[in-house]
Amino acid sequence: MKQRTVLSTLPSDSHSWNLVYLQLLLEELGHEVINVGTCVPIDVLIKKCHESRPNNLVISSVNGHGHLDGMKMILAMKKYPMLKGIRVVIGGKLGTQGCDSKDYAEKLLRAGFDAVFSEKEIPEFISLMNEDTKNNNQKIAL
Amino acid sequence: MIYNFSDYINEMKRANKLVVQPRMGFGTLDKMKQGLLAVANCNAPTIGTLTLDSYTRVNDFISPKIALDSHQEINGFPIVTHGAIATRELLDGIVADKFAVQVRHGTALPVEIIKVLLAAGINATEGGPISYCLPYSRLPIENAISAWATCCELLASSREKGIINHLESFAGCMLGQLCPPSLLLALGILEGIFFKRHGLVSVSLSYAQGPSAEQDLSALAALHVLANEYLSDIDWHIVVYTYMGVFPKTIAGASEIIKTSAQIAKIGNAQRLIVKTPAEAFRIPTIEENVKSLELAYSASKNLENNNNLAIDLEEQEIIYHQARFLVESVLDLHCSLNKGLQIAFKKGYLDVPYCLHQNNKNLTRSVIDSRGYLQWAETGNLPFSQDYLNDFSKRKIPITSDGFLFMLGFVQHKYDNVKSE
Ligand code: B12
Repeated sequence: MKQRTVLSTLPSDSHSWNLVYLQLLLEELGHEVINVGTCVPIDVLIKKCHESRPNNLVISSVNGHGHLDGMKMILAMKKYPMLKGIRVVIGGKLGTQGCDSKDYAEKLLRAGFDAVFSEKEIPEFISLMNEDTKNNNQKIAL
Repeated sequence: MIYNFSDYINEMKRANKLVVQPRMGFGTLDKMKQGLLAVANCNAPTIGTLTLDSYTRVNDFISPKIALDSHQEINGFPIVTHGAIATRELLDGIVADKFAVQVRHGTALPVEIIKVLLAAGINATEGGPISYCLPYSRLPIENAISAWATCCELLASSREKGIINHLESFAGCMLGQLCPPSLLLALGILEGIFFKRHGLVSVSLSYAQGPSAEQDLSALAALHVLANEYLSDIDWHIVVYTYMGVFPKTIAGASEIIKTSAQIAKIGNAQRLIVKTPAEAFRIPTIEENVKSLELAYSASKNLENNNNLAIDLEEQEIIYHQARFLVESVLDLHCSLNKGLQIAFKKGYLDVPYCLHQNNKNLTRSVIDSRGYLQWAETGNLPFSQDYLNDFSKRKIPITSDGFLFMLGFVQHKYDNVKSE
């Protein structure tokens, strides 16, 4: 089954080369990619997920606010049980101090992310994206 | 009391000195003040920078407060959240001879920011309706154009009080990398005309260092000619940016690219250079890293003997000049109002930035780095060029893989990191 993936960044992040790259990569893995673009407000992102019922939501952020806004986003998402089956992952440069994004992993995982990647963990990301999700969202009619 | 930005630039021009300026911004008033003081006292002719955080850039003035209250670092100075009074106090506390400052932000709808910076006594900022929309926002260009028109008029209105405010166009950077020079120049000139039509009398045009120093010098020469043609009735200068794309990771590679950018700026007759640091590839730089880089860049601008024989390629200068001028004229011809003309141009794809995901950008154009290291058009989409302006590259379609894309993005980084680690 072809996986559908929503690819996005967070409200204050306007970097887009990361998104262009990840779209190419995910398409090479056979995903259908919905690239929501830059500076995505959380409500827009949540609406996109309702509309497109993806298997995955991939968040990429490099401007240093990713750990703060990622937290806000995942907490907001929890309020929508219909989105529960989506596999949600985040990666990039999540803080401003040059420390590994893994340093924020524990908190973000506890809040509900399924995986947190440091900027170097592309191979790990690829293997996860190659695994099927147990998502049954597809069956829910809108 | 902060000094007037354009006065300082013109004084340094007469003294034949390249002005160097950091990209620096910290969340708290204290740290921002320390940073500005260090820049003011550094061993080079400098201008101080307040780089704003990216919450402020999307007009979110609450998140900086929440972050700062809980001692979280943010990526710049939240000028609106701190407010005009606190910012003015901060600046008044900087006792330094002839110290000018500029606010650099990256905001498509900046009316609030402009009001606060003017109220804080600041007389220089950066932006533009296209260059602060496409790379920084998902909002329609139309909204950015009208907001920037208002902002230009606000900036220009200080003339009644005898104050000349300066505005720099960010168009010489666009997405930081892989935008061919002719489009950078055309957008810069168009924004310069936009600023002028909305009342500004002191502007700067930017150009970001690219993969080839020869191509950069050719582009800078073309930019001088164009600026003289279109903006001769106002005060203008050229500002160069140290490479704005994926940055070298080694200290040696980073230092080399910074030095090269300073030499390009000096030889290319720019008045000012915005300098990066060796921390660029990893994180927000410290105050010390900024100061060191400013001094490195300034001293490189004075040592042009070992400049690796940097020279203009006249043929390339011709190509860049004609492509850029053609784009400018095509857009000016679309409508007597440039505000409208710019919108139509993007709708038609007469202006189209490679790889830019913005909703109003056609994203049909592509670029490639050729064997000389020059940035070229690979696909020109609907750009209205006639065939004479184009080369073989722009006639063939190249499919791109994720690896190939990373390789292209990493070209400059590898060029500098490899040379130095040999
Ligand atoms: C180009 C660039 C810009 C352009 C962006 C244009 C655009 N629309 O994209 C411009 C000039 C506009 C810009 C602006 C800013 N930038 Co900038 N930018 C860069 C720069 C130089 C290159 C980024 C790039 O193109 N990378 C290419 C892509 C392919 O790589 P990448 O983004 O790193 O992604 C890779 C990995 O991180 C990883 N990855 C990323 N996401 C994910 C997600 C998952 C799930 C996984 C597995 C992996 C992964 O995979 C990718 C491939 O290897 C970097 C520094 C650098 N790297 O050299 C700074 C940098 C990212 N910018 C930075 C900042 C702070 C800003 C600004 C806030 C200004 C400022 N204060 O300096 C603004 C604000 C923008 C905003 N609102 O967010 C900082 C971030 C600091 C931090 N995190 O600690 C950096 C690191 C520079 C620095 N040292 O200060 N920037």
